[in-house]
Amino acid sequence: MAIPISYNVRNLKLRKGLTIMTALGIALTVTTTIFLMALLAGLNRAFVSSGSPLNVLVLRKGSESELTGGFDATLFPTLKTLPGIAKDSHGEPMASGEWDVVIVLPRKDGTGEVNVTVRGMMPDGLEMRMLPGAENRPSVKLVEGRWFQTGQREVVVSKSIRARFSHANIGDSMEFGKGSWKVVGVFDAGGSAYESEIWGDVNQMASDFDRQGGYSSAYVRATDPIAADALTKRVSDDQRLKLDGVLETDYYAKQTSSGTPIKYIGMVVAVIMAIGSIFAAMNTMYAAVAYRGREIATLRVIGFSRPAILTCFVLESLLLALLGALVGIALMLPFNGMQTGTSNQVTFSEVVFALRITWAVAGYAILFALVMGFVGGLAPAWHAARQNILNALRS
Amino acid sequence: MTLGSFVVRNTFRNKRRSLLTMISISFSLLLLTLMICIWRSFYVDQVAPEASRRLIIRDKVSLAFFLPAYYRDKIRSVPGITAVVPMTWFQGRYIDDRPEHFFGRAATDPDEYLKVASDKIVPPDQLKAWQQDRAGALVDVTLVNRYGWKIGDRIHIQGTIFPVDLDLTIRAIYHRDPPQNALYFNTKYMEEAWPWFKGQAMWYGAQVDSPDHVASAAKQIDDMFRNSPLPTRTESEKAFLLGFVASLGNVKAFILGICGAVAFAIMLVSANTMAMSVRSRTREVAVLKTLGFTRNRVLSIFVSESIALSVAGGVLGILVAIPVIAGMTHRFLGLGIPLDMKVTVPTAGLSLLAALFLGIVSGSLPAYRASRMGIVDGLRHIG
Repeated sequence: MAIPISYNVRNLKLRKGLTIMTALGIALTVTTTIFLMALLAGLNRAFVSSGSPLNVLVLRKGSESELTGGFDATLFPTLKTLPGIAKDSHGEPMASGEWDVVIVLPRKDGTGEVNVTVRGMMPDGLEMRMLPGAENRPSVKLVEGRWFQTGQREVVVSKSIRARFSHANIGDSMEFGKGSWKVVGVFDAGGSAYESEIWGDVNQMASDFDRQGGYSSAYVRATDPIAADALTKRVSDDQRLKLDGVLETDYYAKQTSSGTPIKYIGMVVAVIMAIGSIFAAMNTMYAAVAYRGREIATLRVIGFSRPAILTCFVLESLLLALLGALVGIALMLPFNGMQTGTSNQVTFSEVVFALRITWAVAGYAILFALVMGFVGGLAPAWHAARQNILNALRS
Repeated sequence: MTLGSFVVRNTFRNKRRSLLTMISISFSLLLLTLMICIWRSFYVDQVAPEASRRLIIRDKVSLAFFLPAYYRDKIRSVPGITAVVPMTWFQGRYIDDRPEHFFGRAATDPDEYLKVASDKIVPPDQLKAWQQDRAGALVDVTLVNRYGWKIGDRIHIQGTIFPVDLDLTIRAIYHRDPPQNALYFNTKYMEEAWPWFKGQAMWYGAQVDSPDHVASAAKQIDDMFRNSPLPTRTESEKAFLLGFVASLGNVKAFILGICGAVAFAIMLVSANTMAMSVRSRTREVAVLKTLGFTRNRVLSIFVSESIALSVAGGVLGILVAIPVIAGMTHRFLGLGIPLDMKVTVPTAGLSLLAALFLGIVSGSLPAYRASRMGIVDGLRHIG
């Protein structure tokens, strides 16, 4: 027969100080782990939710990012004639030649300078991104002001750009390229990678950065998902173009590699802290077993088997860890949604994202704590189960 | 029996408990040492004297804009500048995208490169061979060891940023402390393969004759190009790398946060152990007091025990940290993070100081309780 779990709960309550301190130790480890996992979850979301499966990104052959693309503008009309492209509001094929440049802006809080992507686009580029997206992929919405006008030195900024940099409010002027640009609107990209960008007219941008006569990338909108697949192949296979087509969603999915440094550091930190916590939990459980030597012997005399005792103490350790995990999650919850940024390893510009404590993150955190509890509790529980009944009763 | 030996005996009376506490603390201190090391390598440690005299000149807006070749001669004319080389980060792909195949690849001018990168040591005959072969490569000795390369081996690097594939022959091997895991090749090779690139460089590296002239030379260079189509931004190599670190996110807050959590965890663990230790010795404390030990004596006995435990854990942690950090430096280089970490004496000292401090803090409360305990209650205590 198994020992009821209420026995463990009561024991944990009896040694309040010990329980709280050990649980807090585990909680701190869990907190650190959750923080790192939430960072990664937020970063992944920024990339996974970016782009539309109907948009095909066109780059120079061999190029891996919009920043390092660059092809001749004369290819663009040919590109537009490819079959499978949706029509824009004027009845023309929906395609946008774009210029991506990275500029340096000082952070508002004075903690240094950051690379920010500035994107010059055609009117179709805006239209394309405002079309309703697929599930979990927000489309871009204007939240304040108006869009930039073709032929004007105007830019629109994302919500998070406005929040993170000075001179990014409507009516302000931003200095880059060959002069100043007026901020005329603010858009909301729903946490996708566009959330880290500044948009303006492609021709104005190209002339400012001496890149006339070419585009760093182009976007075309396919009529449906099947056409999108066909279009990527058509672009890549067309001998006249020497370009590569890739689904916008695939392009962003690849950029999740930007999280590698965080992932690596996170793993090292979590593992070291976890080992420390396991030894601490072991200590507590050994103490718990030592205090209850006579009690355990009595249980054995009553008829509880060794496996029952073993299970009982492992359970107690797991309970302790669970408590720690819950405290850890509670400690981290206020940070949910906090915005931060890291360097995008594909475009070298900053990608802004929010900390996200998802159910999966919380689940992993609990699992992580339970593993700590199990490893930490096993040896003391084994010790408890193997105790000599007579000696223990006599002590 | 002196107080010292009394404390030592008591500390290791319950061997298992002391050992577990020590190991637990040592892992926390290992992490703390690691964080201090990262912090120091970013913000405190001075770079080698050669590197502090090195300037990096790039486009003011972004590395994506290349600087024209005539900038090189103009930079050279600035007083104090002894050598200037064009540098272009090629990146590319060696075999595949896996991290173990990642290392730095850059195009430069072999004739002058080592005058700027004076901390790299290359045998003269190899240097000559590199300068004479336009498709030659100069590689770090750590890469040679990692991939089993030797002089004369051919390596293929596929272009990613640039539409050029490289077929290079290893002509020279350099040694640098700490290693840097990079490959350099002739910028002319790239220009021939891709004429559009001719006469450009992603940035220029320059050597200044003395550290005193670094700031003035940097300012002079930026002033010179202020009103040209491509204004420049000149900074020391260290500042350039710090900018890279800053781009990874709020690293300072991140490190401090982890340090805080670790310090707090040590305190909990060690306070926990001391509380247990005091509890099991309640009757003993009462006996000590009956014998005439003062409160302060009792207090100091327990605090000393706590200090002994955490400092022992600290020493263990620092000893483990040395190989761990050496391994991580190697791994970080593979990830492209410029990091040069070593457990130096000040770092170890700081960690030990932290251990000492945490030992005092965490031992105080349980020790205070023990010292305040009434003798009669203590003697009556069962447990």
